[in-house]
Amino acid sequence: MTLAVFFGCAFIAFGPSFALFVFTIAKDPLRVIILIAGAFFWLLSLLLSSLVWFIAIKASNSQDLTLQRGLLIFGVFFSVLLQEVFRFAYYRLLRKATEGLAAISDDDGSAISVRQMAYVAGLGFGIMSGAFSMINILSDSLGPGTVGIFGDSQYYFITAALMTLALTLLHTFWGVVFFEGCEKSRWWVIAAVVSLHLLVAGLSLLNPLYEGSLPPVYVITLATGVWAFFSSGGSLHSLSALCTLCGFESRASRTMTEVPLSKTPNPQPLPGRRSMWLPTAPGVCSRQES
Amino acid sequence: MNTSDSEEDSYNERSALVQSESPTIPSYNQDHDMSLPQETDSKRRRPVSSGLDEPGPVERERASTPDGEEEELTLKYGAKHVIMLFIPVTLCMVVVVATIKSVSFYTEKSSQRLIYTPFEEDPNSVGQRLLNSFLNTIVMISVIVVMTIILVVLYKYRCYKFIHGWLILSSLMLLFWFSFMYLGEVFKTYNVAMDYPTLVMIIWNFGVVGMICIHWKGPLRLQQAYLIVISALMALIFIKYLPEWSAWVILGAISIYDLIAVLCPKGPLRMLVETAQERNEPIFPALIYSSAMVWMVGMADSSNPGSADERQRNEGRARAQEGVESEDDAAQGGRRRYSAEEDLEEDRGVKLGLGDFIFYSVLVGKAAATGGDWNTTLACFVAILIGLCLTLLLLAIFKKALPALPISITFGLVFYFSTDNLVRPFMDSLAAHQYYI
Repeated sequence: MTLAVFFGCAFIAFGPSFALFVFTIAKDPLRVIILIAGAFFWLLSLLLSSLVWFIAIKASNSQDLTLQRGLLIFGVFFSVLLQEVFRFAYYRLLRKATEGLAAISDDDGSAISVRQMAYVAGLGFGIMSGAFSMINILSDSLGPGTVGIFGDSQYYFITAALMTLALTLLHTFWGVVFFEGCEKSRWWVIAAVVSLHLLVAGLSLLNPLYEGSLPPVYVITLATGVWAFFSSGGSLHSLSALCTLCGFESRASRTMTEVPLSKTPNPQPLPGRRSMWLPTAPGVCSRQES
Repeated sequence: MNTSDSEEDSYNERSALVQSESPTIPSYNQDHDMSLPQETDSKRRRPVSSGLDEPGPVERERASTPDGEEEELTLKYGAKHVIMLFIPVTLCMVVVVATIKSVSFYTEKSSQRLIYTPFEEDPNSVGQRLLNSFLNTIVMISVIVVMTIILVVLYKYRCYKFIHGWLILSSLMLLFWFSFMYLGEVFKTYNVAMDYPTLVMIIWNFGVVGMICIHWKGPLRLQQAYLIVISALMALIFIKYLPEWSAWVILGAISIYDLIAVLCPKGPLRMLVETAQERNEPIFPALIYSSAMVWMVGMADSSNPGSADERQRNEGRARAQEGVESEDDAAQGGRRRYSAEEDLEEDRGVKLGLGDFIFYSVLVGKAAATGGDWNTTLACFVAILIGLCLTLLLLAIFKKALPALPISITFGLVFYFSTDNLVRPFMDSLAAHQYYI
């Protein structure tokens, strides 16, 4: 309950997403707008699910604690489903607006592709989800208090931060995978994302048994990250190219082959999500149709 | 404390979202006269409508480019300008929220009220409280309407000196008196000892540089910073002195007023905009936040034609900002016109009235002040940004004066009340059990 806890938890929970924002999103105004709109959509889904939960709470007996707990669990799962519905809705909106977005992007920047939109949308969901989970806890951690004085776990703050981090990354990966699945009409992908999200939410129900919730969630995060990497066009070759120098030029030259969807029917696969943010040397940015 | 009429008036004219005018190219300008974006000392106080002016420059561009690229060009000034408005709006809100959360002065309820909200809210009776807040709102909005009409009349009859003096007085008060109060409260909160001579020096410098930047010449960034600061100060005053329920009703009412005043043909703000456009007069910088970095450095120097070709990209140009060129530089304006022709890709910024900044910040500040919940504040912040984005999208589509308040304030109010009453208990229960959604 000090500044140390505050800063530690804040950096754990928001460090990676902040870094992603600064390095990949902040320079491009269009991505910032898509990020904030993604956050807005997540917020809408939360609003609707809270409304449903609130109605259920008010309609039920407030003295029955098991019932309240059950309603909360129902609220959790319903909210997860609604979040995925709104992710799909956001996907539809972005697809519809692709041409419009291409038009309002800067003349010197490239129009945004669906893969980039997927990443940004996922990150928007993740940041908002993380912020809503974590900010009140962070502000409480600044003030005086004793953690777990009534017998609860002492590790509340750090596990909250770790869980928030996992969820932020998960939302990002799910965004990528989900949009890819929608693009290729692979409905099993969508079903997998939904069930993974439900699984993660279900695992969090095991709290405060942190051994049961945190390690599995991180395993799922890693697995989904690998899945998102390969789904967005990454390969082992590009990973090794990441580390070698000769990979640099090919990576730089291939970075701009991500052509906007409105121009070509089959966009070039990105050489890994990472290359999206790699700064290309001036003069190297060129559209290569290959 | 009875706030003066001048600052009351100055905020209501500041509700505007205006596409900045670039130097007009008369040969392309067929439909209407775009006011030269020159600011004159005498025409400083252009009452700004809540609206986006017709993007004459964009139309000009359309005339000069092939048909296929029309749509692209008209929307090309979209994303960048949205961000150029996001940043100052965010900064203003951050300043207000940071102050509200740290300096308790602005959340303490005092028995003093503004003269514009004379009815006291009685916390005991809901009906009475509601009635009084509606009455307060009616008083406030009528004051605003009356002031705006007075301003239209003054402007129509070219009483520029009067308007100018009024505006100077109001900025003086904001920059000196309110900032002195603010600084005093910050020192009290952090228990900083400060002697009067140092304080006088700080406030004097701050105020004088502010007056110069806003009303005369100054670096664009500094002017923008000062405008953000005075909007934040104004918003803090409103947050402190408006009674609880009245503030929410006033927010709703003022966005409706904004809608009416800008879009109705006989709306005062619309008439002001049209009068100003007829006279080719620019908008006062003291009332409008301009994100435009339009000018070319070489423009003021007619003997240097080469520099006129310089492509002026935005930030960092300490240029004489819009509000500054004096009217007797008509010839200079002519030079500007021609140099503008050569650089069609100059950055046309968007202008947002200070009233919009103020009311956005009032909404977010009140969300931060009532209850300790950060989720509500964050939700209102996102809602306002999305509203602003939608408004700018509408601007890009409709290309006429648009009010910037209604969409954002509606979203903000909806999200405030729903987050406060629905989402907060849900998230609190989830956090208590450490369930994650």
